[in-house]
Amino acid sequence: MSNKVIYAIYNDDDILMDAVKKTRAAHHHIEEVFTPFPVHGLDKAMGLAPTRLAICSFIYGCIGISFATWMMNFVMIQDWPQDIGGKPSFSYIENMPAFVPIMFEMTVFFAAHLMVITFYMRSKLWPFKEAENPDVRTTDDHFLMEVAVNDNEEALVSFFQGTGAVEVKVIEKH
Amino acid sequence: MYTFSSKLKTLSFILMAVGLLGIGYGFLNAPKDIQEVEILLAAESHGEHGAAQHEESKVADDAHGAAHHEQAKVSHEDGEHTKHLNHVLHQLQNKPWAALYVACIFFMLISMGVLAFYAIQQVAQAGWSPVLFRVMQGITAYLPYGSAIFFFILILCGLHFNHLFIWLDPEVVAHDELIANKASYLNFPFWIIRAAIFLIGWNLYRFYSAKNCVAQDEANDNLFYKKNFKMSAGFLVFFIVSESIMSWDWIMSVDPHWFSTLFGWYVFASFFVSGITTIALVTVYLKSKGYLEYVNTSHIHDLAKFMFGISIFWTYLWFSQFMLIWYADIPEEITYFITRIQLYNLPFFGAVVMNFVFPLLILLNTDFKRLSWVIVMAGTVILAGHYVDFFNMIMPGTVGDRWFIGVPEISSVLFFLGLFIFAVFTALTKTPLLPKRNPFIEESKHFHY
Repeated sequence: MSNKVIYAIYNDDDILMDAVKKTRAAHHHIEEVFTPFPVHGLDKAMGLAPTRLAICSFIYGCIGISFATWMMNFVMIQDWPQDIGGKPSFSYIENMPAFVPIMFEMTVFFAAHLMVITFYMRSKLWPFKEAENPDVRTTDDHFLMEVAVNDNEEALVSFFQGTGAVEVKVIEKH
Repeated sequence: MYTFSSKLKTLSFILMAVGLLGIGYGFLNAPKDIQEVEILLAAESHGEHGAAQHEESKVADDAHGAAHHEQAKVSHEDGEHTKHLNHVLHQLQNKPWAALYVACIFFMLISMGVLAFYAIQQVAQAGWSPVLFRVMQGITAYLPYGSAIFFFILILCGLHFNHLFIWLDPEVVAHDELIANKASYLNFPFWIIRAAIFLIGWNLYRFYSAKNCVAQDEANDNLFYKKNFKMSAGFLVFFIVSESIMSWDWIMSVDPHWFSTLFGWYVFASFFVSGITTIALVTVYLKSKGYLEYVNTSHIHDLAKFMFGISIFWTYLWFSQFMLIWYADIPEEITYFITRIQLYNLPFFGAVVMNFVFPLLILLNTDFKRLSWVIVMAGTVILAGHYVDFFNMIMPGTVGDRWFIGVPEISSVLFFLGLFIFAVFTALTKTPLLPKRNPFIEESKHFHY
């Protein structure tokens, strides 16, 4: 079976938004939308699920503060509780104010960096990754919607021409 | 137009009446002379506990006046005893005054926090908040009442009705070189004139800003809007200077031996977040009664973000002040925190839990920030937490270890809460709740996040 898709290309984000809404209303499955910049509200119009990156970040922050607490408790209190300038090293809580700056920074460090790495992994971004542009113009000034074709090629093409597309292409995908 | 519901009005009157009764009870209940204190101390200390406490205070007294060492033993003990009784007498007599003072300054500064927030919104040309301007103006309508009562209390302090500010007592200043050295700044005439200038300045801004905002509704051009913009910018400059000095005068001078550089900011953060929380609570209330047509969950969300952010800002300053002094541990500075940690352990650390940990965990979630009940719950905890914060600032210097959150403290809060509700909701009935010709009002009506 052939694996055909339609590339509907637009040159305005408002027209794109309308087209996405119409396509959803007509129950055509949108495979992907390529835009040169973030289009406000596009994810809602496409019905994408909200991101859970913030939840990940919160968990990473918890890990960061736990690690900082464990590390300083081990180093400063358990392993070698020296008297450094009269600071009380008898228990963690007694000397805690001195550890707070590190606990804070570690929390932010873990939360930020691990979230960014999670983002790269989930969106499959890394150096030397092959770019997936369907059309070079989509990084500059054009918007592209990709919709799968199932034996209804002509109907789909005329449907997308009706949505204000500047160009509608049928492509054989490998 | 908003109509003051009769239920809420009755509630505010009940609060004021109950508060007044409790305040009166607090004053009647305070001991009049040393004999009463002696009986009181004997009653509460059966043997060991009392002796230990007495010993402790003697140690403290010794530390204060090292010159009194090694005198004739009997007369010394007697002298120490009366000194101790006098000390406790002053603390107990201060209790109802300090309770009144804390509640009074707390509610007055809440309306100041709202006023500062309002001025910032004007100057920043915020696109989301104009639908809330009338709510903010309504809340700041408490300011004239609050500042009048507060100024009256300051005058009573100057007339020696109480011992809230020990530097106002010429007897103390004569024997205390540290305070005597500060007398060119800490003297009653200069102090009360400063207070008058600040209170008048704030009230003038409040009055003219609200007036221009209403005048803008009927105008054909944006002249009044521009006037308000310039006035707000000027006010913010005046405010930050006066706020800093205000915090030294009215709060830090309760402990005249102690000083801290970032104290003004710390006090500011405390009442600023309380003010924003009050805006959120009043907005949620008016919205639930159907008076704020254009306020949606996005506006509430923005207020909640401010509550969250400024709560963390308060904590940052709280910790910076505490940690710097704790770390260096210089004797003349650390006493401030030793008193608080030893005598006020629960309020001191409880305030951090209420003002930081609770809002941090509750208001972190975006969805939660849009739920009215979460805002009300978090807001209540934040306001209570900042009352405790002011309690921690004033009480150790005025009543010392004699603190308790009892009838005088609670009734003072109830009285000012009643007055606050009455003043605010009366003011809200005076003008329409939606500004008509604000240049940003259309954007604000359609604000969504």
